[in-house]
Amino acid sequence: MAVTTTSFEILDPTDERAPDSRVALERPESLDGLRVGLLDISKTRGDVFLDRLEELLSERGIAVRRYAKPTFTKPMPPDLRREITTHCDVVIEALAD
Amino acid sequence: MSVQTEGVTVALPADGLVAVVKQDCPTCRLVEPVLAALPQVAVFSQDDPAFPADVADRRDDTALDASLALDIDTVPTLIRFAGGVEVERTVGWLQTAWAALTGIEGLGADLPDYRPGCGSRTHDPDVAEELLVRTRGGTLTSRRLEIAALEDEHEAMYDRGYSDGLPVVAPTPARVLRMLDGTSRAPSDVVAVIPPNLVEATVEKVAINAVMAGCKPEYLPVVLAAVEAACTNEFNAHGLLATTWGAGPAIVVNGPVAAEIGMNAKGNALGQGNRANSTIGRALQLVIRNVGGGRPGEVDRAALGHPGKIGFCFAEDEEGSPWEPLAETYGVAPGRSAVTVFAAEGPRGVTDQISRTPESLARSFALGLRAVGHPKLVIGFDATLVVCPEHARVFAQAGWDRARLMAELDALLLLDRREIERGAGGIEEGVPVSDSDRPLPKFRPGGLQIVHAGGGAGMFSAAIGGWAGGPGGSQPVTREVDPWR
Repeated sequence: MAVTTTSFEILDPTDERAPDSRVALERPESLDGLRVGLLDISKTRGDVFLDRLEELLSERGIAVRRYAKPTFTKPMPPDLRREITTHCDVVIEALAD
Repeated sequence: MSVQTEGVTVALPADGLVAVVKQDCPTCRLVEPVLAALPQVAVFSQDDPAFPADVADRRDDTALDASLALDIDTVPTLIRFAGGVEVERTVGWLQTAWAALTGIEGLGADLPDYRPGCGSRTHDPDVAEELLVRTRGGTLTSRRLEIAALEDEHEAMYDRGYSDGLPVVAPTPARVLRMLDGTSRAPSDVVAVIPPNLVEATVEKVAINAVMAGCKPEYLPVVLAAVEAACTNEFNAHGLLATTWGAGPAIVVNGPVAAEIGMNAKGNALGQGNRANSTIGRALQLVIRNVGGGRPGEVDRAALGHPGKIGFCFAEDEEGSPWEPLAETYGVAPGRSAVTVFAAEGPRGVTDQISRTPESLARSFALGLRAVGHPKLVIGFDATLVVCPEHARVFAQAGWDRARLMAELDALLLLDRREIERGAGGIEEGVPVSDSDRPLPKFRPGGLQIVHAGGGAGMFSAAIGGWAGGPGGSQPVTREVDPWR
């Protein structure tokens, strides 16, 4: 069962107080003091969009870190995901299309 | 007339004959002309809906609902109903039985007199799991979580915070149902209230965590007894979890259950490599983690902890012991299975390869035990002494029973205040300075327990430090296993 092509069920081993699906974090009120990442998923012209965002954020005194997925066709490599979660509080992702 | 299984209703004739067959069975193929010749019979086919070809009332039972409803073990099975009630059934082919059941003399007389049937498809391994969940899944009440197709199941367990750091077995409904076969207790029975969140753990929740820990179903009663014992006020699992001291719960198993489930009480008893030893203690810790919410860095405040907090469980070697089983010293009747939970650090070896007299060996033990917590601190910490066979032999030959050894150790562990006062030996730690000359006992009364375990070679026993003993801390607690079978 290590590699499955269909989903399967497990029984919750906990006291079931936590919700069974994850909820998105609240949007921050402002970006002041937060570490901002700009993620290019490597679709065409995503870089144009993110370059402009970086300009606008820099004008507001907000430094950004730039990241790019190797290809938009595959999930993000775990190392990159870990790097982003370690270094950023918020991420703006350019889906480009 | 209809019979219901798990929400599926199977229509059956109130009066008349019902047969259950499968094409794969030679005996079913043999009786095909007999079934075709019967004036009225409803034939359920477990595999091929087109079989038997010449029967008019042929019914598709590839989903096996009718077979389950009729509790079919063997095919062919021929059943006669009258007034909506089953009045007679025969399995396999026995000419006289079929003739009697149908009332048709000479039925199938051209066939051999007797052929045994085949196993019902409901017993095929490839459908067993799905049928188990279909027939008994409704007894489970835990929330069902979906592991998505592209998730790695092991990573999913980690991501959800269910693991102690090692991989866990995914608790699928089928695995949990098989685990529950290890006990006669209902899944909904409450085992204990689990600290720190004081949540009622049902047999089902314990079984889920036992699956994750890697237990086999026959270990479940031992796990249940351990959970019951650990969640008593006397054992105080909450305090043991929350303390900055590094001890955790350990389990020693006594009685016939230890051998029945293949536990190790001999060489490397406290170590790795035995499934029951390794997974029973782990199951207890997973229950505290997942049901009770006791996690390191949260309520578990241990400064260091120790590797045995993954799980620490072993059996006492009763067979080779000169003494009565530990559980008996706590009042369990001889021959009964029981668990004793106690607060435990990691074991520290006590070497003595020279002593051949009990007096000398007891002095070595006392020195080893004196270091528990700190050699200059007394009464605060309990301890467990695990005596290995080569050491136990010295006491056996001298006729020392467990009480005698305990009494000698108590005497040897009466410590001179002057040696253990704060500042003595150039060490600031120690007991407060006092005018009293009365020596101080290393352990509180009942604060030391002695267990026999280990391999036949090696004069190496072990001292296992505990935690704050007595009513304000944690006391060993013994519970019988049989009530959980």
